[in-house]
Amino acid sequence: MSGRAGIVIVGASLAGLRGAEALRRGGYEGPLTLVGDEPYRPYDRPPLSKHVLAGELAADATALPQLLPLRARWRLGSPATGLDRNAKIVRLADGSSLAYDTLLVATGARARRWPGEAEFAGIFTIRGRDEAADLRAALARDPRSVLIVGGGLIGCEAASCCRDLGLPVTLVDPNPTPLARALGTLVGGTLAARMRAAGVDLRPGTQVRALEGEAGQGCRARLADGGSIAADLVIVALGAVRDTGWLSEGGLAADAGGLTCDGACRALTQVGVPDPNIFAAGDVARWPNPLYGGRLIAVEHWGNAVEQAAHAARNMLNPADPQPYAHLPAFWSSQFGLNIKMVGLADGADSVAIVQGSRAAGRFLAVYGREGRTIAAVSFDEARWLPAYAERIAAGAAFPPIHDATDQPAIETRPPGFPPPRPFPASRGRVPEAAHA
Amino acid sequence: MRVVVDLNRCQGYAQCCYAAPAHFELRGHEILFYDPAPPEAARGRIERAQQACPVRAISVEGIDLAEEDAP
Repeated sequence: MSGRAGIVIVGASLAGLRGAEALRRGGYEGPLTLVGDEPYRPYDRPPLSKHVLAGELAADATALPQLLPLRARWRLGSPATGLDRNAKIVRLADGSSLAYDTLLVATGARARRWPGEAEFAGIFTIRGRDEAADLRAALARDPRSVLIVGGGLIGCEAASCCRDLGLPVTLVDPNPTPLARALGTLVGGTLAARMRAAGVDLRPGTQVRALEGEAGQGCRARLADGGSIAADLVIVALGAVRDTGWLSEGGLAADAGGLTCDGACRALTQVGVPDPNIFAAGDVARWPNPLYGGRLIAVEHWGNAVEQAAHAARNMLNPADPQPYAHLPAFWSSQFGLNIKMVGLADGADSVAIVQGSRAAGRFLAVYGREGRTIAAVSFDEARWLPAYAERIAAGAAFPPIHDATDQPAIETRPPGFPPPRPFPASRGRVPEAAHA
Repeated sequence: MRVVVDLNRCQGYAQCCYAAPAHFELRGHEILFYDPAPPEAARGRIERAQQACPVRAISVEGIDLAEEDAP
């Protein structure tokens, strides 16, 4: 820690920035360098798929506040391309190298691209500021129809924006409802009804097999069920791939599902030993979360980037006293006039109970249980109840956690309706898991 | 100036909307829409909104903090 190279943070988004702040707040006085692949200072991503697409905010308006002086060197617009752990050097795309004493990997993830061939220019993804600006400009040109491939958070938020703009939109997802992997089909069905009421042509239970360019700029999407959809513009919302390509020669346990860490945010080598000088935080970090039985998870949500970066920074500054990182995943989304907030991981739940409000009223709090324990809760426009349930989830409370409150409806417990797990490509060792897809 | 709200933390109490109505707006039952880049002239109102938040969800950058760093 006292070497002259100092600390290098690779990744200049939310986790990189909050990690840098935590290092300075924790008393680190040495050299500090932040490396970013984009030519921009850290910016906030959640508004990109909401207010930026809707045209309410410019794509460059979401720069993140810096909360204390960093006295940092910024290497922006030059992505890391390689890691040499023996020489303790990070190589950059501009041909230069950066020596480090301690490294924080916070490279996050990028949007998964359309996997097939596409002879069609109107295919967009949403992850970075430039992608959001390009898509916003295309939406403002009034496409006759928009096709969204994927009914996860980003796909649903994009669909909501398109409807607010008055654009005809079709959403295709292989599951029976949107957000089925995060929320299950019982709760997802409530959202499906809301989307249809807003005019979305929802096509669950099928997949886009091919996107074929057509004369006159549009494209035709061929569906697995034999149907086809014409669209002027396609938004591919198929989740994210962790940005670990630059680590491939570094001997670390890294793949498209993340960089595997020990419980204290230290990166593991391919033989499963922590490198004492390399830490990871945010979307890219996959670690055994004690709140979920030590399961290896990567959490690609805002709150984890903030908390894990601060935790990693604390452990970087206290190498003799590494503390385990326990985190209750949480996310929010606004779409179709609804505020959706979740705490915990619901996948694997065997039952769900509506504990406040009702699905019929469109405002409710649902709690998920697994083997008699409460593991997650989601709110549709009932966010003030959520913290009470978050505490019970973190404490591993019985399910349902509160069952005789006078202000509750009669609690009805039902199957949550999670789709079967996706087949994973063959991989070494344990199957990586994502907090949501 | 730069502002970010931790919307995991936000509970929709809307105190920011009273303190700085031009920069914080509640939509539907509890969706907070805010301006992440308000003009420096609004700093007084933005800081009142920050102080008024019962769950301390609003972060505001100090004056010219980012510019202190070398590019």
